[in-house]
Amino acid sequence: MSPVLETRGLDKSFGSLAVARNIGIALPRGVRYALIGPNGAGKTTLINLMTGMLHPDGGQIMLDGEDITALGPEERVRRGLVRTFQINSLFPHLNPLEAVTLTICERERIARTWWRPTSDYRAAIDEAYGILDSLMLGPVCTRETRELPYGQQRLLEIALALATRPKVLLLDEPAAGVPREESSELFTAITSLSQDITVLFIEHDMELVFRLASRIIVMVGGGILLEGTPEEISADPRVREVYLGGAHG
Amino acid sequence: MTPTDPATAAPAPTAPHPHMAAQVRWRTVEYVFWLATLLPFVVAPDYLALASQIAITALFALSLDLILGYAGIVSLGHAAFFGFGAYAAGLVSKWGWGEPLSGLLIAGLAAGLLGYLMSFVIARFRHLALIMITLGFGLLLLEAANSASGLTGGADGLQGVKMWPVLGLFKFDLYGFTAYWYALIVLFVFFLMARRLINSPFGLSLRGIRENPVRMRAIGAESGPHIRKIYTIAAFMAGVAGAVLTQTTETVSLGVLDFQRSADILVILILGGAGRLYGGLIGAIIYMIARDWFSGVNPQYWYFPIGVLLIAVVLFLPNGMLGGIAQLIDTVRGRRWFGWLTSPPPWLRSGSKP
Ligand SMILES: Nc1ncnc2c1ncn2[C@@H]1O[C@H](COP(=O)(O)OP(=O)(O)OP(=O)(O)O)[C@@H](O)[C@H]1O
Ligand SMILES: [Mg+2]
Repeated sequence: MSPVLETRGLDKSFGSLAVARNIGIALPRGVRYALIGPNGAGKTTLINLMTGMLHPDGGQIMLDGEDITALGPEERVRRGLVRTFQINSLFPHLNPLEAVTLTICERERIARTWWRPTSDYRAAIDEAYGILDSLMLGPVCTRETRELPYGQQRLLEIALALATRPKVLLLDEPAAGVPREESSELFTAITSLSQDITVLFIEHDMELVFRLASRIIVMVGGGILLEGTPEEISADPRVREVYLGGAHG
Repeated sequence: MTPTDPATAAPAPTAPHPHMAAQVRWRTVEYVFWLATLLPFVVAPDYLALASQIAITALFALSLDLILGYAGIVSLGHAAFFGFGAYAAGLVSKWGWGEPLSGLLIAGLAAGLLGYLMSFVIARFRHLALIMITLGFGLLLLEAANSASGLTGGADGLQGVKMWPVLGLFKFDLYGFTAYWYALIVLFVFFLMARRLINSPFGLSLRGIRENPVRMRAIGAESGPHIRKIYTIAAFMAGVAGAVLTQTTETVSLGVLDFQRSADILVILILGGAGRLYGGLIGAIIYMIARDWFSGVNPQYWYFPIGVLLIAVVLFLPNGMLGGIAQLIDTVRGRRWFGWLTSPPPWLRSGSKP
C-alpha cells in the first residue's frame, strides 16, 4: 500500500546548523509511529517542515501521493495533515467549547458568516462537545482555557487537532510537562484514536513509546539513524549508545 | 483567580447549547444602557450637541473595537477612514445632493473601499509594523487633504455643506435635537450589526486571530480573508461616523483626519475596555464628558487629568473600566455573571504573544 505521508530528501539548516539531513520517511495508513531522539535532534523541526511552518532547503513532502511541498500550512491542514504543539499553543481567552467550535466552523467553511449567531449552528456545537467529551473535557468545556489545569490544556491541544478531521496526526510530545501519574488520560486518548488516522508522535518516555508505537523512528543530529519495530530498536546497540544510554542515562 | 474544584466551581451553564445561546441573549443592563441614552433629551437638553458628538465618537470607537478589541489588529491611523467618510459626505452635499441617509451610505462605501484596499497591506503585518503603517497612512491622508485644497478647502475647511431634512421631514436644528437622535439611531443600528457580528462564527474566528494567529494556521484557518473583511467593515463604520459628524455640523475641517483623533479613539477604547462591545461606548461617554468639563475648568491643561486617568486605568484596570466593573461585581457576588464582559485584550498583557 502506498504511504499516506512521505518525505523525500528533506534538508534544512539554521545557519551552519543542519537540523534536517536528507530525511526520507514513509508512513503507511493507520500506523502508530513514534519519533524519538535526544533533545535538539530536530524532531520538532521535522514536524514544522512537514506541516509547512518551515520551508525546507531541499526535498519533497507527499500527502496521499500528491506533492504538497509548495502548499501553506492552512492548505495542508485542510488536506488532513495536522499537528499539535510541544509547547501549548491554544486560545487562552476562549473556552474549549468555543475553540473547538471555531475549528469546526473553519473546517466547514461557515466561519465567514457574520449574520447568524454561532449558537444557530447546533451540529457544529454538538460535534465540538462530542470531541471534548471523548477527551474528558466535557465538564470544563465552558471554562476559559487559561484557567484549565495544564493536563487538560494538553488534551485540548489534541481536541483542536481532531476537530480538523485529520488523516495524519503529528503529536509533538503530547505529554510534555505532564507528571507521569497524570499522563494516562492522554495516552488513553491516543490509543483510542480512530484506526483511520495515521499517528506520528514524539515522546521521550520509552516505556510509553514501546507500549503505543507499532514502529519507531530514531533521529539524531538532524538525520534518521534507524527505523524499525520496537523490538528492533531496543535491540540495536547504536540506539542504546546515542539515545537510551546517553540522554537518559 | 485560583483554579477551583469543578464540583464547587461557579455554576456557569456548562451544557453547550445553553452556554452558546446565553452569549447572544440581551441582558437587563443592556436595555438599561440604551434607555439611558435617551436621558439627554429630558435632563440635559442644552447638551444635545455634546450628546451627538458622544454618539459619533462611540460609533467610531465601536469600529476600532471590531479590529483592535476583537481581531487584535492595532491601528494608530483609524481617523483616516473617519475623515475620508466625513469629506465624502461633505462633498456629496456640496455637489448638490444633501439627502442625509444616502449621503451616509455613499460616505460609508467610500471609506469601506479605502479600507478594503488598505486591508491587503494590513493583513500582512502585525504589532509594531502595523502601528507604523497605520500611522503613516493616516498622516499621508491628512497631508493629501491639506494640499488638495481645491477639493477639500484645505486648512479653511470644506464650505458649502448643506443638508436636507432627514427623510424630508426633520431639519437639523440649532439645538442639536435632530442631530442627537439621528446620531443615536445610526449608532444603535451599527451597534446591532456589530453585536450580531461578534456572536457569529466569523466573530469567533476574529477572536481566534487575536488570541493566537499561529494556532489559527495550524487548525487550517486562513486569517488573511477574515482580517480583510473586518477591516473593510470597520472602515465602513468609521466612515459613517465621520459622515454623521459632517451632516450634523454641516462643515468639515482637517481635524477629522488628525492624528490626535486616531490617538483619542485609542485612548477611549482602552479607557472603556477593548474587546467588550460596550467598552468604546462607555469610554466615549466618560472621555467626552471629562474633556468638556476639564476644558471648561482649565482650557489649557485639560489633557493632564485625562493622562492621569489613562495611566490609572491601564495600571489598575487592565481590562478597562468596563472590565474592572465586571470583575468587581463578579467578585462581590462570588459568581461569574459578567464573564461575557471580561474577555480581555491580550495585547495589553505580556507574554501572550509569540
Ligand atoms: N527557528 C530556529 N532557529 C535557529 N535554530 C533553531 C530554530 N528552531 C530550532 N533550532 C535548533 O534546531 C535544533 C533542533 O531543534 P528541535 O526543536 O527540532 O529539536 P527537538 O528534537 O524537537 O528537541 P526537543 O526534544 O528538545 O524538543 C536545536 O538545536 C534548536 O536549537
Ligand atoms: Mg521538540
